[in-house]
Amino acid sequence: MTLTLKGIAASPGIAIAPVFHLASERFIPTEQSVQDSVQEIETFRRAVASTREEVEAIRAKTEERLGADKAEIFEGHLMILEDPDFIEAIEQKIAEESIDAQFALHEISKHFIDLLQSMADELLRGRAVDIEDVSGRIMSHLRGVPHTDLANLSEECIIVARNLTPSDTAQLNLNFVRGFVTEIGSRTSHSAIMARSLEIPAIVGIGQAVHDMKEQAVIIVDAAEGIVLIEPTEEELAAYQEKKQKDDLRRAELSKLKDKLTLSKDGKQVELAANIGSLEDIQRAIDNGAEGIGLFRTEFLYMGRSSLPTEEEQFTSYKYALEKMNSKPVVIRTLDIGGDKELPYMELPKESNPFLGQRALRLCLDRQDLFRTQLRALLRASRYGNLKIMFPMIAVLEELLEAKKLLEEEKQKLIAEGVQLAEHIEIGMMVEIPAAAVAADLFAPEVDFFSIGTNDLIQYTMAADRMNETVSYLYQPWHPSLLRLISFVIQAAEKEGKWVGMCGEMAGDHTAIPLLLGLGLHEFSMSAGSILQARELIGQLDQSEWSVHANQALTMRSTQEITQFVERTRNGVIHHD
Amino acid sequence: MISKTYTIINPTGFHVRPTKTFVQTANTFPCKISVIAKGKKVNGKSSLSMLTLGIAMNEEVTLEIDGEQEEQALETLGQLLTEIHE
Repeated sequence: MTLTLKGIAASPGIAIAPVFHLASERFIPTEQSVQDSVQEIETFRRAVASTREEVEAIRAKTEERLGADKAEIFEGHLMILEDPDFIEAIEQKIAEESIDAQFALHEISKHFIDLLQSMADELLRGRAVDIEDVSGRIMSHLRGVPHTDLANLSEECIIVARNLTPSDTAQLNLNFVRGFVTEIGSRTSHSAIMARSLEIPAIVGIGQAVHDMKEQAVIIVDAAEGIVLIEPTEEELAAYQEKKQKDDLRRAELSKLKDKLTLSKDGKQVELAANIGSLEDIQRAIDNGAEGIGLFRTEFLYMGRSSLPTEEEQFTSYKYALEKMNSKPVVIRTLDIGGDKELPYMELPKESNPFLGQRALRLCLDRQDLFRTQLRALLRASRYGNLKIMFPMIAVLEELLEAKKLLEEEKQKLIAEGVQLAEHIEIGMMVEIPAAAVAADLFAPEVDFFSIGTNDLIQYTMAADRMNETVSYLYQPWHPSLLRLISFVIQAAEKEGKWVGMCGEMAGDHTAIPLLLGLGLHEFSMSAGSILQARELIGQLDQSEWSVHANQALTMRSTQEITQFVERTRNGVIHHD
Repeated sequence: MISKTYTIINPTGFHVRPTKTFVQTANTFPCKISVIAKGKKVNGKSSLSMLTLGIAMNEEVTLEIDGEQEEQALETLGQLLTEIHE
């Protein structure tokens, strides 16, 4: 009978192959006393030197195969091999206790591994793996047993292990390794990151059950679902073979679109950008072919800490994002706090209607100290890339004008201080309050762009709390009222020659995209993983045709009518001549 | 011996990359370099020991330097502690 195990999908794809168990039982030496500790230290130093040569070679190979940034991890290994507190502590232990090198190495590495594993920070805990990796290698040299060399595999397999060390992952022979499954690990562990860049399907953190998989038995790794199927039936195998073939084709097709422009079938160009909520998300955006950052949520800089971030800290983060995106547009939204997002250290008064209360820009205009700090940091970072500043939660024109005034004041102060700024910084606003959408023509002359924030716009338009299940039926992105608002905002912007983007779930939704394209939306900002599929979809749509369809949708009476219409039209049932 | 206290501004704290830069620089000085944070004192020339301090953003870190070129080392390394970022 098939046994299905669930884990964390670390790298997408499907793999079907026999199990290869990577011996993960680490060798634990027993203490031996030695007569000549000077000679024992010599033996240890030779093992370290051989290890260094080996790591150097892996580093070079990784750099060639995966690039300098992936190879950097091995520079970390080389540093461990030169670390005085590590190496000298081992030598000292050998000398002082007259014990053998193997045991001294084991004890000292254990000390550092335990210290790092007890850290709260996941990234630091991850460093313990590096020490295991390096000391395992030195140990092999001391024992004269060769390190399991994954480069020498000669038959296709799925690697199953307790954990894969960075050097294991770097050496995987891609001609034969179809995927891997590990007992421990997280989405951010080194092996997971490596698996994604090697594009090997991988599932981590599956637990003790890895030991139950029989060597050489064929298993199925379905990393889309995060599952491993052990002892699959013939039917399952056949079904997955087919699924895998389709999946491979699809991935190959999509990856071709990574560095392409986003063009509709009739050649109309739009921009696909990513929404990000942390600096780590930037790499994912780049990997998924984002043409920019359409929404940089700055809240993460303010959350999970005990005081407000300084101007310098913010500057550092903004500059990093701008440089990393390499002159592609980066829309940074000023602080959007309040509502359901609280900052304990600010001790904001409890409100009976937080979503209708003093949140986002309303709060910033009241607490100008913190707003000005953020504006200064943004302005200072502006010269490091293509920055666009966006104000959230604007209901009336006065709020926008006040925000712009404060920005201009900080700009003038910085110029007087001799700080170099970007020549031009586009200023935009979120359209998420119906009042702003309905009056978009009044706002358009005052901004460079709009970005429609659909999550809040839907909630406010329908007057329905999106967290409240009893009214969730009113959360209808394709309702005619929403489409009309969106259409009006785009038209108002176009009259002034301004561009309109959308950030929110709707921008990445395959039912909404044809309509939004038809309505003339210029930029779609979504989670990074949706970008390539959206680019593919847009390539199949004729913008001029969809502008006719969209106008027709605007006359319909319900969400249901509109979604069915979109479905039928996409499937080619309806044709307009 | 001289010492001075700094505040870390790097948003991700004092992680692998900043530590690497710090330790490499520390190793170019002949003097003894100690880093003190959260009441723990470690060798500033050892990246492993530095990492086990788990220095996060906004934390205070004291440099204690003793020996030849101590002033120059304090200036260079102090600057790294406050300016370094990933």
